[in-house]
Amino acid sequence: MKSVVKGVLGAFALASLATTALAAETTLTIATVNNGDMIRMQKYTDDFTKANPGIKLNWVTLEENDLRQKVTKDISTKGGQYDVLTIGMYETPIWGKKGWLVPLKGLDDPKDILPAVAGGLSVDGKLFAAPFYGESSFVMYRKDLMAKAGLKMSDAPTWDEIIAAAGKMTDRANGVNGICLRGKAGWGENMAFIGSMANSFGARWFDEKWHPQFDTQEWKDTLNTYLKVMKDSGPAGASGNGFSENLALFQTGKCGMWADATAAASFTIDPKASKVADQVGFTIAPDKGLGKRANWLWAWALAVPAGSKKVDAAEKFISWATSKHYGEMIAAKEGWANVPPGTRTSLYANPEYAKVPFAAMTLASMQAADPLHPTVKPVPYVGVQFASIPEFAGIGTKVGEMFSAALAGQMTADEALKAAQDYTTAEMTKAGYIK
Amino acid sequence: MALKQTTGQKITITIVAWVIGLLLFFPILWTAIAAFKTESDAYTLPQNFLTTPWTLENFGIVQERSDYVLYIRNTVIIAGLSTLLGLVFAVPAAWSMAFAPQSKPTNNWSGYTWLAIIFGSGGLAALILYFMGWHPTNFLVGIILLLMFVVPVSAWVWTRATKDTLLWMLSTKMMPPAGALISIYLLFNRNGLVYKDWGWIDLSDYNLVDSFWGMVPLVMLLNLPIIIWMLYTYFKELPVEILEAARMDGASLWNELTQVLTPMAMPGIASTCLLNLILAWNEAFWSLNLTNKFAAPLSFFISEYSSPEGQFWAKLSAASIMAIVPILIVGWFSQKQLVRGLTFGAVK
Amino acid sequence: MATNQSRAIGKWALAPSLIVLSAWAFVPLALTIYFAFLRYNLQDPDNTSWFGLSNFYYFLSDPYFTKDFINTILLVGSTIIFTIAGGVGLAVLLDQPFWGRGIVRLLMISPFFIMPTVSSLVWKNLIMHPVFGLFAGIQRFFGSTEPIDWFGHYPLISVIIIVTWQWLPYATLILLTAMQSLDGEQKDAAAMDGAPPLSYFRYIVLPHLSRPITVVILIETIFLLNIFAEIKVTSVGGFAGNLTYLVFSQLNDANDVGAAAAGGIIAVILANIVSYFLVRIVGKNLEG
Repeated sequence: MKSVVKGVLGAFALASLATTALAAETTLTIATVNNGDMIRMQKYTDDFTKANPGIKLNWVTLEENDLRQKVTKDISTKGGQYDVLTIGMYETPIWGKKGWLVPLKGLDDPKDILPAVAGGLSVDGKLFAAPFYGESSFVMYRKDLMAKAGLKMSDAPTWDEIIAAAGKMTDRANGVNGICLRGKAGWGENMAFIGSMANSFGARWFDEKWHPQFDTQEWKDTLNTYLKVMKDSGPAGASGNGFSENLALFQTGKCGMWADATAAASFTIDPKASKVADQVGFTIAPDKGLGKRANWLWAWALAVPAGSKKVDAAEKFISWATSKHYGEMIAAKEGWANVPPGTRTSLYANPEYAKVPFAAMTLASMQAADPLHPTVKPVPYVGVQFASIPEFAGIGTKVGEMFSAALAGQMTADEALKAAQDYTTAEMTKAGYIK
Repeated sequence: MALKQTTGQKITITIVAWVIGLLLFFPILWTAIAAFKTESDAYTLPQNFLTTPWTLENFGIVQERSDYVLYIRNTVIIAGLSTLLGLVFAVPAAWSMAFAPQSKPTNNWSGYTWLAIIFGSGGLAALILYFMGWHPTNFLVGIILLLMFVVPVSAWVWTRATKDTLLWMLSTKMMPPAGALISIYLLFNRNGLVYKDWGWIDLSDYNLVDSFWGMVPLVMLLNLPIIIWMLYTYFKELPVEILEAARMDGASLWNELTQVLTPMAMPGIASTCLLNLILAWNEAFWSLNLTNKFAAPLSFFISEYSSPEGQFWAKLSAASIMAIVPILIVGWFSQKQLVRGLTFGAVK
Repeated sequence: MATNQSRAIGKWALAPSLIVLSAWAFVPLALTIYFAFLRYNLQDPDNTSWFGLSNFYYFLSDPYFTKDFINTILLVGSTIIFTIAGGVGLAVLLDQPFWGRGIVRLLMISPFFIMPTVSSLVWKNLIMHPVFGLFAGIQRFFGSTEPIDWFGHYPLISVIIIVTWQWLPYATLILLTAMQSLDGEQKDAAAMDGAPPLSYFRYIVLPHLSRPITVVILIETIFLLNIFAEIKVTSVGGFAGNLTYLVFSQLNDANDVGAAAAGGIIAVILANIVSYFLVRIVGKNLEG
């Protein structure tokens, strides 16, 4: 009876797993994000499968938001569709604390991982995800346009300097915008930028009692400054520009400055993709003299879901992908500029890597970000451009939509802040933070 | 309504019609042009689309980067199988309504009686489920209890007049899919509501998310009301006299079906298949939400181009052209037959 | 007409479709109703608990609900109006004899076969992009320095343009078929009477089109109420989202199953109100 029922149900419910059960080898299904470094890794999997003949790799490559939504649904229902997850600094502490991830063992020299990154991916000293690459944000600028405007970029710029420079470089008749910043809604898109900018203005998401702070003067200053500089010196249609749109603008020479991820640097100086490859300079994110700079901290990391039946194979793969050996292989085949940045102290100690133009500035930026003390005033959460609570993803996305609407001119700054304050208060009340 | 045209009028109408036709087609044409340009030329297209060189490189890059072959294979499987499966359900249903129509309800119970039966039975099921702790520990009990709701509803619709049955079917198509999304996800998912270890049977290795076993029936159900209605309108127009003549000659039901009805109905069935194929090919909501790779169709493949890194328009255009050309050609060749079915009997 | 034998078999032939359709319509719905009363966040499933009507309260009092509700009506309503108005016009045009009629017909029907994800991305990037897009190029050609930022400033209108483009062919073809089915005698009689084209259109053609127009309204409403891909892949969900998108975003951005389920139930109720009236109107027209 049992086998008959199972057979009938099985016929209706052929699982991907059924096929793998037949095969002698282990197939790892890896959910990953569709950005350059990750796609490059897929080209070099031969190196791994040759050393581990029993393991087959199956890639599920998704766009960032899509990846987050699908991986979250899968892990919270214990669906087990993926054996290796690509997640970030936001998810790792939350899921690690819940016991949804396997603490990683057998990594290649875990002490070598940059302390800020390792800290953001650990719970109680246990590493739950191994960083594939890490990033902060900084300012990329066009040396030729700066010279043309008679300016010199300082090594530690303030917001006033950046805004003045943006204004001077803007030449809309020739399609040059002084500054390109993210405007596309999303907690990982515009809120990553505006959130870190707010930190440098002394603002914070929540006070110690989890009350939203969008009604404060600091947030007003942040948003007004952002809107004004975008209006005066930003590109048309900025409310639709995320990372990739801004990268395209910068590569085609339409931006004087671009404040964004340090991981973008290698694409801006790649002569095959960028028309301005030989004119790009890098400097640290600006501040307002309050002790915090407007730079975020993020890492895409690989993790294994708890309950997985293939933990050993998954750990082997993660260890390979995040090893020094992988970095050296990429350096040998694609050049040092294309090594996944921002994860290992030893990489930055390497004299070869130090010749890469953005190496020193990337390290300085990453060290300037402190997830435990992200803001001028104290906060109850961890995370620079996000708050690592489960509700943040929803709140951050909605607030991002409001700020994006303000950028598009559909709302004023005050209206957007009021809407953000009301929405966040309602959500935090619903979730039980505000009693 | 110029009933008699002068040549001058004909020339004017020709020009106007061609301009409008080309305008409507233009976005597709423009995409096709961009698909054959290099990436940086695609960004400056409005100025110089004639002078820049043509290239085929984008198609290769798209295949290499996103594995087009996998997605078109998935699309063909989902669209094809769901169409066939749909016919298995739709042909008998449409045949039944067209040739054995009920002009009025076949039982004379009042609406309240039916309401009481449906909600009585369904409510009883809910109560039992509630006292069993909602998540039933026994899989079969859950199914039986669900049938306590589904069967009375089906019976009620079954006994209605044909016209009302038809409209009820169509109204199921109006259900917002958003309302069912999370439930379907949990019904399909491993360790969800069905595919888990039940104690007496371990289903925890099964999973319908991102699998053909989930997508094919789902897409079939999405389009079933539409194709039943379309088939019904075709069947209704078939000349009944021939059938009656066959019956007079003593043809059995089997002969009637295979030798008289099927040949006559084939054109209608074929156009219905085409419509179902087009709708299934272009389905987006469930594809975007329930598939990632193994059963992901072209809709999903394209959506991944909403935000790749840096410049991507030429690649986006190439991917778009590769996704739409097969179904566009099918549509072009079948449009005449399709249109008759799409009027759903509103045009005699 | 039919024998008793075929009638009996015919009745049973209907049963499988009815069972799968009612299961499809009601099983997920029942589960969704259950979830709507829970506090259930995917990021925090251990704290799942009874939440009463709170999900409905928060969903209905969310300003996004009002906005997206209005957007849904605007999107469906204006698309139907534009496609029918445009469809009547194009049908009249295509009803005339001219050179290359078959090809023009093919060109016009093409958008109907394009998958929504493709048309959205193509319109957003290649046509309406404020810097590199075709519209911007045309505007610059005519001397404008600041081309319209379609998706930034007019997100809903942009979506309506895309959706209208996709559905105009359908309306055109249905109405054209209807027009061509006007029999020649009627046309000739009108010509003999010397009826001016306008009044011929007003008194003969339009009444003849009323039935196909109701069918167009019905079919378009069914598909347009649940427009999703056009909003998702152009990422205008925050400004021009409809109810379907709002529910999607409650589930996928906020991971809030309870709120998404409550939103789903509200969408189902609203859709049923629409379908109640629509089905009655169409039902009347169907038999006539």
